[in-house]
Amino acid sequence: MKRLLRQLLPFASLLALIVLLAALEPEKFLTGSNFLNVLRRSSVNGIIALGMTAIIISGGIDLSVGSLLALAGMVGALVIQAAGPEWGALAGTFAGIGAGALCGLVNGLVITRLGLPPFIITLGSMSVFRGVAYVMHDGQPYNVPDYRFLGEGVVFGIPVSVILFVALALLAFLALRYTRLGRYTYAIGSNRDAAFHAGVRIERSLLALYALTGTLAGIAAMIGTSRTVSAQPTAGIGMELDVIAAVVIGGASLSGGSGTILGTVIGTLLIAFLRNGCTLLGISTNVQLIVIGVIIVAAVALDKAAQRRKA
Amino acid sequence: MSETPQATPMALRMVGISKSFGPVQVLREVGLEVRPATVHALCGENGAGKSTLMKVLAGVHRSDQGRIEIGGRARDFKQPADAIAAGVAMIYQELDLAEDLSVAENVFLGAEPRRFGFALDLRACVAATAALIRENGFKLDPGARVGNLSTGDCQLVEILKALRKKASILAMDEPTSSLSQPEAKRLFEVVRELRRRGIAIIYISHRLEEVEALADEVSVLRDGRVVYSGPMAQTPISAVVAHMVGRELSDYYPAHAARPGEVRLSVEGLSTAAGLRGIRFELRAGEVVGLAGLVGAGRTELARALFGIDRPTEGTLRLSGRPYSPANPCEAIAERVGFLTEDRKRTGLCLGLPCGWNITLPSLPRFTRAGFLSLAREQRAAASFGEKVRVKWGGPGDPASSLSGGNQQKLLLARWLLSDVELLIVDEPTRGVDVGAKREIYQLLHELAASGRAVLFISSELPELLGVTDRILVMRRGRMVGGFATRDATPESIMQLAAVDGKAPAPLP
Repeated sequence: MKRLLRQLLPFASLLALIVLLAALEPEKFLTGSNFLNVLRRSSVNGIIALGMTAIIISGGIDLSVGSLLALAGMVGALVIQAAGPEWGALAGTFAGIGAGALCGLVNGLVITRLGLPPFIITLGSMSVFRGVAYVMHDGQPYNVPDYRFLGEGVVFGIPVSVILFVALALLAFLALRYTRLGRYTYAIGSNRDAAFHAGVRIERSLLALYALTGTLAGIAAMIGTSRTVSAQPTAGIGMELDVIAAVVIGGASLSGGSGTILGTVIGTLLIAFLRNGCTLLGISTNVQLIVIGVIIVAAVALDKAAQRRKA
Repeated sequence: MSETPQATPMALRMVGISKSFGPVQVLREVGLEVRPATVHALCGENGAGKSTLMKVLAGVHRSDQGRIEIGGRARDFKQPADAIAAGVAMIYQELDLAEDLSVAENVFLGAEPRRFGFALDLRACVAATAALIRENGFKLDPGARVGNLSTGDCQLVEILKALRKKASILAMDEPTSSLSQPEAKRLFEVVRELRRRGIAIIYISHRLEEVEALADEVSVLRDGRVVYSGPMAQTPISAVVAHMVGRELSDYYPAHAARPGEVRLSVEGLSTAAGLRGIRFELRAGEVVGLAGLVGAGRTELARALFGIDRPTEGTLRLSGRPYSPANPCEAIAERVGFLTEDRKRTGLCLGLPCGWNITLPSLPRFTRAGFLSLAREQRAAASFGEKVRVKWGGPGDPASSLSGGNQQKLLLARWLLSDVELLIVDEPTRGVDVGAKREIYQLLHELAASGRAVLFISSELPELLGVTDRILVMRRGRMVGGFATRDATPESIMQLAAVDGKAPAPLP
């Protein structure tokens, strides 16, 4: 019940925003296609935010997700080109996801083996992954004109990317709530030493979290690649901040031990609708940055205040 | 209220003091009378209202009702300065000194003698402090930097501050909690000297032996009320305890008859990089075995080695006859060994998470089917084991941080009961736990032993070891130096082994 109450704030903000936009721009905003559009746009960030939620709950952070996305997309697109029209799409999709998983695994291995803060390690790998993405094709994108299903495909009138986002969110929710890994994630973030003394295998759990987040970023990379029918080495620059913002707006604490998938989904949608609303109202993307920055701080400040009142 | 005239007025009368914080009433019409030149002990479990009462006396909190008389005059303390002006001085558990200033500067902080109205007269300051130190027979250098002093000396500085302010009432909150034995002894002398000089001392301590040795009168607070007040000489400690916990305790330590069974754990020649040297002993099912030793003797290190945290460099461990070499706590738990650590906040509980999650954390594999947790079964188990250890909570969904220290400790006991350990190592399990909860923890340890588990009980409190265990092992400098059947042990014989070097280790029983 309390957990639900905590979720109320982001949810109420989201609802208020939708009502506001509906009132201001009913013709443009209140259409099915606009909603689906917002959902489709938020799916790439949203899918990565699912993994980021778990990492942040564990008390860590992953700054490399944007670069990882670019690298995974480049690998996927390269394989699509190389494998030819018949099997290219399938092989490339799995290659991209696999590349993401591998990068995430590397993050996890370095973090657990060296025992250094994830912030530092992923700050480094953010640069390394980006560099590899540039080097792969000399800074040029790979074009994959026929790779359209993930980005543009529609099943029963719903974009494939949205279906993927919803399905993965559901899986992430179940994993956090109903698996040992999920519980250990909370325990590690709440008190790592105590979790260790209670028999939690810290390193193994963290490794899984970073590898899973890499996998999710790989999936997001292939959706993004498909949407633009090309893999750009510049893809996802600054994305890590948007993703972290969504998680934090959703009620997770950067000091670890708290956060939920539902909150993160709401946080993701909140940012997406803000962007959408600003665009519909003719507010420039530059001003959007300011608005979103203010919202992040306000959301966290309000959440802190609510917590303090409860304590 | 009768106002009988008295020859000497009370140093302090607090009458009908009530105080609420929001909906929680912390003090209920508390009355406290303290005579001049007496030591008045104030006892009570954690949360009984002692600290709040003292803060009302110090002018930190204003009471909702009631009045305070100092030396027969009614006073109204609106702020701490009013209390100080009336002659009330407080020495809190956390000392309140400026570390970078000298003893003299601290003593005169805020009231420095001045020359020409503004220039600090440090020399006068030092001279006055030296005089105070001499009068009271302390051994302190007025020019010493406070940050370099021991905790015991810092307390003397606090007392000097109080004397400088001409305090007639001195309240001390757990003054010995961070003192060594000799420092504590010296403090008692100081307290007695202050009493001779007519000061009324309110003495708060969990250590009832101190209270017995020092106090002239004793008042017991429970649930915000004074439930007993009387001369110490006519009040046995058992009565104080009974008033504190609100029921008759037939015996402070529960009765227990050991029925040692088969050997659960055998340790042969265990050495570790953390400093253990050739440790050898056995634990049997059904026993509670105490592990005594000074700080740094290697008791916690032994526990860590048994729990798979530190790897042995030498030696073998066997658990119920099988070789046992855990590489980490997870493997130790799988072999049904549990370790209740010394620092429940740092290494014990995930305070921000629900109580239930804390109880089930090492036992989650048991609630997993096809990779998924059964939250309903988990919740039921947490609730039932919480009940079993009689933890006071709203339910397993409450965050662990919402419980008191004793109840947090019970959560950890519930954790290891649920994980069904065969060997439980408990490290200082009653530290910072109030009397009632202590006894319950002892009882739970006995119940564990009675159900055929082995319990290794690490404690620095000798009375507790002597009262609770069946056997006591003594460590010194990383070695096992001896052991007793508890009925043959005395505090002196244990300390002798634990503290005195150069003797050949006594044979183990």
